[in-house]
Amino acid sequence: MTYSFDFSWIGEYLPVLLKGVGITVELILVGAFFGVALGTLCAWIRALGPLWLRPVVGAYVEMIRNTPFLIQLFFIFFGLPSLGFRMSELQAANLAMIVNLGAYSCEIIRAGIQATPRGQFEAGASLAMSPIQTFWHVVLIPSLQRIWPALSSQIVIVMLGSAAVSQIAAEDLTFAANFIQSRNFRAFEAYLVSTVIYLFLAIVLRQLLRGAGALLFAKRRAAQ
Amino acid sequence: MMMEFTTWDILRNLLLAARWTVLLSLVSFVGGSLVGLAILFMRIGKNVWLKRFAQGYIELFQGTPLLMQLFLAFFGLGLVGVDVPAWLAAALALTLWTAAFLAEIWRGCVEAIVRGQWEASSSLAMGYVQQMRYVILPQALKIAVPPTVGFSVQVVKGTALTSIIGFVELSKAGTMVTNATFQPFIVYGFVALIYFALCWPLSKSSQILERKLNVAHRNH
Repeated sequence: MTYSFDFSWIGEYLPVLLKGVGITVELILVGAFFGVALGTLCAWIRALGPLWLRPVVGAYVEMIRNTPFLIQLFFIFFGLPSLGFRMSELQAANLAMIVNLGAYSCEIIRAGIQATPRGQFEAGASLAMSPIQTFWHVVLIPSLQRIWPALSSQIVIVMLGSAAVSQIAAEDLTFAANFIQSRNFRAFEAYLVSTVIYLFLAIVLRQLLRGAGALLFAKRRAAQ
Repeated sequence: MMMEFTTWDILRNLLLAARWTVLLSLVSFVGGSLVGLAILFMRIGKNVWLKRFAQGYIELFQGTPLLMQLFLAFFGLGLVGVDVPAWLAAALALTLWTAAFLAEIWRGCVEAIVRGQWEASSSLAMGYVQQMRYVILPQALKIAVPPTVGFSVQVVKGTALTSIIGFVELSKAGTMVTNATFQPFIVYGFVALIYFALCWPLSKSSQILERKLNVAHRNH
């Protein structure tokens, strides 16, 4: 093998890589926050919400979970403008990630909600809590605690899946790697470096989510 | 000369390309199962080095984007001097990626078998291989079926990313047909529906299998 690896370009392209990392981080922060919010709303509808809305949410969840993220992205970015919804690459990427995580987290959170014993609802009602208070304090928070590990790994999966947004020219880390290799023709090295960065991001994100879980549910655990 | 595409033309071209999605999914799933089985035995075996290797392998493939793995396979095989067709890089990367997830799923299934089963079989003077063959794996297999079928959905969806390294399957065909017809809404809508038709039966059967298995569990 005569190929010699060359990583001397890293210094020159560091700003490009860092900008890509910044966009990827922004995408997953926005995607995780609003995705889980959407998933919570959908889980509430599917488990306890109005009957006529349940099949609508069910169809949304099945549709998203059984099609590739890349196609969802293309449909939103290329397909929706023909209906008059025009958006930037980043907006489309954000929307696709929110819609995608929303469907997965809906199923995860619903499983948590359905594992809540019936008596908990009645206990909440007997303490004169409103249905919304009961849902929030008695059902949702303990459910989230129960399913936090599953939700965390789904968020990491969505972060790794976000590499596909480079295909609609959203300037994330993968886009940076594409850009670098188109300039210096060091394709393997460029993708190797960004793969290592993704691995690092995934490990950090997993730790952050574990920490967030411990922080969010610390008071409960102390009270128990 | 401009060519007019009817809706049927669009659908026909997409369905023809979907054959490659199906084929690539099958190859990756079968290949991934074989490699995954090897990783599984390293992961649950007694050798510390093999165990560490398997752990590292799983961490690496689960902690990096499939798209990056595809790029590295595509350009990496090129470095070794092989003139790589896209399908080869696609099948290789998807196989290795599938293997990591299946090994981890199956490990959970093996570890779900209660310790007493190991102790009982070893008190019958069974060796490690015998224990695996006659006691642990038959039981683990039963638990493993629903999540394995469920994961096959991820494999089918994963094949969409191979369009990016130039393998012409359903997603790539969708992009090509869009470029010819300028009807992204209809074309990507159809593409999504075809993926749905491939994946939904798998998701549904995974759910049904899981429910059946739970019933069996409750009864004994």
